[in-house]
Order: sequence, then structure tokens, then C-alpha cells
Amino acid sequence: MSAVQPIATAPTKTVSTDIELLRAESLFCERDERVLFEDLAFSINAGEIVQVEGPNGSGKTTLLRILSGLSGAYEGRIYWKGEPLSSARIDFLSNLLYLGHKPGVKAILTPVENLRALMGMRQGVTDGEIYHALEKVGLYGYEEVPCHNLSAGQHRRVALARLYLSNDAIWILDEAFTAIDKAGVKALESLLADRAQQGGAVILTTHHELKLEKGFRKLRLGKSQEQAPSCVIEEEGRR
Amino acid sequence: MSTLVSETPSLSHVFSTVLKRDLTLAYRRRQDLVNPLIFFVIVVSLFPLGVSPEKSFLQEAGAGVVWVAALLATLLSLDGLFRSDYDDGSLEQMILTPQPLFIMVLAKIFAHWLVTGVPLLILSPVLGIMMHLEFETIKVLMLTLLLGTPVLSLVGAIGAALTVGLRVGGVLISLLILPLYIPVLIFGTGTVQAAANMLPVDGYIALLGAILALSLTMSPIATAAALRISLSS
Repeated sequence: MSAVQPIATAPTKTVSTDIELLRAESLFCERDERVLFEDLAFSINAGEIVQVEGPNGSGKTTLLRILSGLSGAYEGRIYWKGEPLSSARIDFLSNLLYLGHKPGVKAILTPVENLRALMGMRQGVTDGEIYHALEKVGLYGYEEVPCHNLSAGQHRRVALARLYLSNDAIWILDEAFTAIDKAGVKALESLLADRAQQGGAVILTTHHELKLEKGFRKLRLGKSQEQAPSCVIEEEGRR
Repeated sequence: MSTLVSETPSLSHVFSTVLKRDLTLAYRRRQDLVNPLIFFVIVVSLFPLGVSPEKSFLQEAGAGVVWVAALLATLLSLDGLFRSDYDDGSLEQMILTPQPLFIMVLAKIFAHWLVTGVPLLILSPVLGIMMHLEFETIKVLMLTLLLGTPVLSLVGAIGAALTVGLRVGGVLISLLILPLYIPVLIFGTGTVQAAANMLPVDGYIALLGAILALSLTMSPIATAAALRISLSS
């Protein structure tokens, strides 16, 4: 078994600037004595969109938590711009936007207050920009309504408004499309495509069929009872 | 997106953002805040009824009773310090900012003290009068609470951070934290006893101040580390 799998060839259909942002080598993670993935290796360049795919319980969220640095329960090496993640941590966090399963939106705060708090910890954002971003995600008129009065989809959209405020180099989105309606998903897909065009990298998990014109890569976390866990990297593109 | 200005906010801006957010949250859930306060008043006012309404006894035990009640009331409120932030993912977002986590933790603890410690401090003279404490003694009692209640919040935060990832954290916090509260309690009540007996209290006050300085510098760092451990599982 080779320690490092060949890293997938540079995608031809994406506008890749060929700057390697994140690279993982021989990642291994097990949970409750089940191996989620082993010998996992991949890299993500600027301008790339990578979808992590796999059945429930295959370790998608765990992988994203490991990549974002939230979880240390793994073996292997992760590099940010060629430097080990542990030593490049501040630079990595300054360039990371992570949206987890739990979106970090407080139910008893209004969307504006939520974004003010979430963004205020990271970068300077004016109220005008916040209102603008909320309008973009379709929450115009709901800016001052406490989030517990919003629907599940609208709740999610408050968190997604951060995407419109962010100029971070890498986005890690865990189940970003949950509870979002069709029009919203379409708007998000075009946002992601624009983002990649501008040289941002996106890693996401979703059970939704992604439709991106420029194409994207899939990282498949597979597992079956008999076989050893495996990981397949393939390219998916549509014209 | 490229039009956005992205300058890293200053530490004081991060601190005030978190503080403002936590105070807004506390204001929206003010009925939860009243809980420990009512507990504080009830415990102290039940004492004369349950033990003895004698003036001499109350003067003797008053300061200790107020202090124990304040300590238990703080303990009651601790579980909520990080719980809701943990449940809705806000804590993950805090950890994933490039800012030092202990600044945000310090802001959260300060907010916690403002909404639990300060009200206890304001109520204490009323309860002091009820316990027949002298005016001078009440002043010293308030001074010890002013120095002591921030320590209760600071030290309690470590326990709250360690147990936030557990489904049943409540009992564990008490067991972890109570031993660390003992020195504050001893010096807090000791100061008031000394004042009641017309003895100098400077030494006690200095020790309480030293405990506050120690916990102010160490606790945010320990709490931040504990939060990282709780979230990495």
C-alpha cells in the first residue's frame, strides 16, 4: 500500500490558478473502532470546488472537521499552502470560512445581530454590507425579526449570508443546502461558481445533485461492510 | 466580494463584539437571569426562619450565609455559560477565528459576571441589613463580594468549558469547581468576620485581590484550552 495516493490531475474545466491551498496526505481516522477512511490523500487548489460524497456515516462531516482543524482525532498530515497546518494555523484561520451542521446562528438574536457578532470576530464589516448580504439571500424585510420566528430554511440563509460577506480563500461548507428551496440552491450554485472563478476554493458536502457549469471534483468516501474503506477522486463536469 | 475591505479587527473590537452579543443574549433571556438571584434571596432569607432569628446569631453567621448563597447562586448559573453556544455551533465559529480564543472567553466571562455577579453585589446590602450587620460590616461584605464574585465566574468558566461537551454536565461542574471555590469563601467570610470584630482587614483584602489577579490571568487561557478539548471530540 503506497503511503500517498496519486493526487488527482489538475482539472481542465475549472479556472485553476494552480496555487495549492490545502493538501492532505495519508489521512486516517477511525471512530468507535470503525475505520472511516485510511490512506486518504488529496489536494485542493485555488479556484476549485470539491464535493465530498458518501453515504450517511461515511465520515464526511468528520473529514471536514479535521480539515478545518476542529478535530484532532486523526493520523496523517495536512498542509496549508505547503506548510504543516499546525504551524500555519493563524494564516489558515484568517482565510477560512467554515459553515458546519450547526450554523452558529442564535435563535433569539435577529439576523443582523447574528451576522454582526459572527463577522465582528473575524473582519471589519459595516451594517450596510450586512443588510446587503441579507437581501442577497432573500431575507429582505426579515432583518430585525428574531431568528426563532424564521423558518428552518430562512434560519439557514442567515448563516449563508456570510458567504456574501466573506473574501476568505477557502470555504468549508457542511450540508450547506439543507432546508434551502430550489431557487435558493440555484443562487448558491452560481455563487460557488463565481467564487471559484475568482480563485476561491470550496469544499462542501451535500446530498443534493450539484449542477455547476464549470465542473467540479468529487471526493468519494465509500465504505461497505466487507471491503476496506476506500476513497475515489473523480471529476464531474457539465457543459 | 473583492470589493469588501477585510482588515483584521483589533482585540478590543473582538472583545466588545462578544461582550455586546452576550449582553444582548442575556437581556433577551432575562427571566433566566432572575433565577439565581431569587435563589440567592430565598436562601439568605430562609436562614433566620430555619435556624434562629436572634440578632446575635445572625450578626455572627450573616456574612457567611450571604457568601455561601452567592457562591451557590453563581454555581447554578454556570452551566449556561457555554451550553447554548455549544449547541448552536457558535463556539465552533469562535474557535475558527484567527483571534486568540481567550479574548473571546474573557469577554464571555465578563458578561457573565455583569449579569450574575453584579446583581448579587447590589442585592447584598439589603440582605446584610436583614442579617443585622453593622453598616461598616456591610461595606466590607460588599467589597469582598466585589473582589470575590469575578473569581467565582472566572474559575467556574473552566469547569463549564470542561463539561460543555458532556450531555450531563451539571453535577460534574459542582464537583470540579467547589474545591477551587473554598479559598475564596474562606477569605471572603474571614474578611467580614475580622471587620465585625474591629480587626484590620487589609491583609484579607490583599489576598482576595491576589486570588482575583491570579484567576484573571490564568482562567481565560485554561478555559480556552478546555473549550478546544470539549469541541475536538
